[in-house]
Amino acid sequence: MSVEAVTLTNADAARRRIGATLALSAFVVLLMLISLGIGPVRLSPLAVAEALFGGGSEVSQVIVREIRLPRTLLALAIGAILGLSGAALQGLLRNPLASPELFGAPQSAAFGAVLVIALGLADVRSYALPVAAIIAAFGSVFGLLSIAGRNAGLLILILSGLAISSFAGAATALVMNLATNPFLVLEIAFWLLGSLEDRSFQHVMLAFPFIVAGGAMLLSQRNAFRALSLGEETAQSLGVDVGRLRLFVISGVALGVGGAVAVTGTIGFIGLVAPHLMRPAIGHDPGRLLIPSALAGSALLLAADIAVRIIPSTSDIKVGVLTSIIGVPFFLYLIMRERRALGGGVA
Amino acid sequence: MSETALLTAKGLCVRLAGRVVLTDVSLALSAGHLVALVGPNGAGKTTLLRSLAGLIPCDGEIEIGGQALSSLPLRERAKRFGYLPQGHIVHWPLPARDIVALGRYPHGATDPARLSPKDAEAVLRAMQAVDVMEFSDRRVTELSGGERSRVALARALAVEAPVILADEPTASLDPRHQIDVMQNLRATADKSVLVIVVTHDLGLAARFADHVLVLREGRLVSQGTPAEALSEQVMADVFRISAYRAEYQREAVIVPWADI
Repeated sequence: MSVEAVTLTNADAARRRIGATLALSAFVVLLMLISLGIGPVRLSPLAVAEALFGGGSEVSQVIVREIRLPRTLLALAIGAILGLSGAALQGLLRNPLASPELFGAPQSAAFGAVLVIALGLADVRSYALPVAAIIAAFGSVFGLLSIAGRNAGLLILILSGLAISSFAGAATALVMNLATNPFLVLEIAFWLLGSLEDRSFQHVMLAFPFIVAGGAMLLSQRNAFRALSLGEETAQSLGVDVGRLRLFVISGVALGVGGAVAVTGTIGFIGLVAPHLMRPAIGHDPGRLLIPSALAGSALLLAADIAVRIIPSTSDIKVGVLTSIIGVPFFLYLIMRERRALGGGVA
Repeated sequence: MSETALLTAKGLCVRLAGRVVLTDVSLALSAGHLVALVGPNGAGKTTLLRSLAGLIPCDGEIEIGGQALSSLPLRERAKRFGYLPQGHIVHWPLPARDIVALGRYPHGATDPARLSPKDAEAVLRAMQAVDVMEFSDRRVTELSGGERSRVALARALAVEAPVILADEPTASLDPRHQIDVMQNLRATADKSVLVIVVTHDLGLAARFADHVLVLREGRLVSQGTPAEALSEQVMADVFRISAYRAEYQREAVIVPWADI
């Protein structure tokens, strides 16, 4: 076989990957248009596109660009960072059951934010909120990886994650328990369910800088994830600074998840599900999975947020509730698929 | 070994978790040699291999090609060692070709889908050297143990480093594949690469190595040609066994025989 022959077989896989990524991008754009069209005034995707670019009636322009765009942009960005975080954690830990919510990151971020609100340190639109959420998320992921240690197996990771998310949940409950103002408690409870309703450009500005920074940190490590497929020791022998990689992933996930949770509350299981959806089309290369997983995360959250507005119900279903209702059975399915590794003590 | 040494260590000491694992190990090894590193379990063989590659901190001096290892940045170190750890672990079902291509990572080829012609040639050379071209596109997780060990070796060879460090590359392979791996390493050494192999198989060490290092409780207690380094005295003191000794086709034959 010649060099050309080797490169040829590779080009096929590359074409498939690029094709899948482009198709998914188009799907995300379509979902955005649908998302912008849904509400008390229904607009077709075409009318939405027109309004977005300054056409159509003034009313539809206001509805699309000022009322609905923030919600759609948040769904896009938050879905993306959750998918990216899941793929990055799975790459770092070489483990298909890794994800932010299983490690207690969103739950901890929520605790950080709730604490700030309950103590009256800041109102819900101040930068103190994402900062507190990010610090708490960083603490949880850092703590988890320190407890689990290097080369930790599935069981240890999941048990530590369970402990940390339970602890964060209990701490949040304690804060609500001790809060004296019943309206405040109600507000926190609703916000914890995770929702994109009534979000403004202020919220977008609150979350975006952190999401973009976190995403950039995670993407910058994409090649290191690939080398890490051979284990930490071999990756190090290939010139990967494994300690720095871990710090980048922890920080990136904390920034992204913290920023996201600060404006929407906890939205779970997108990070777990998104990379799994993409592996059949993209392959298992953890570096190449990052961007497609981000796109899949956007698509999932946009779709879920469209669904909660379409599903007929007496009161609003929160999007975080829906993603968990769908995500947990998927998690159970993954456990079933991985049970040999779990039960065999390979962990 | 009279030629200029490629890899030297002086007064190497390693402590891991408060325990002294290596004590005052000094050695000088030249290009073109296949060196077997032997010793009982827990003697510090893997630790020595890791410290030579700069993967763990140690006291003492290591020089590669006349440069202090500690003065080299991570990337530069990586170019100088093809490191083959125990077990040939691959965590994701990636195609064999992509695994081998990771050997070019230290040279800046971090994406197997975008190799420069130079890197692609190196990958091809490595794959041809150990004859893994036929499963280039197969997932490594679907290969047999013997096939996987060859892919792992090809990955280490693709670095095209002056030194190859292999940690028990023949463990859990059948005799045919053990010979296969050792012949590949021998051929690599013959292309003036320094190859250091950790092994428990004294027979393979005697058959294939030019030079044998014997470690015991973290100290280098014997070295030389296989017949010298694995003398009856050493076999008795270090391994607490007797061995059948002979010569066949001008190579030393050492077969562990009985405990003493």
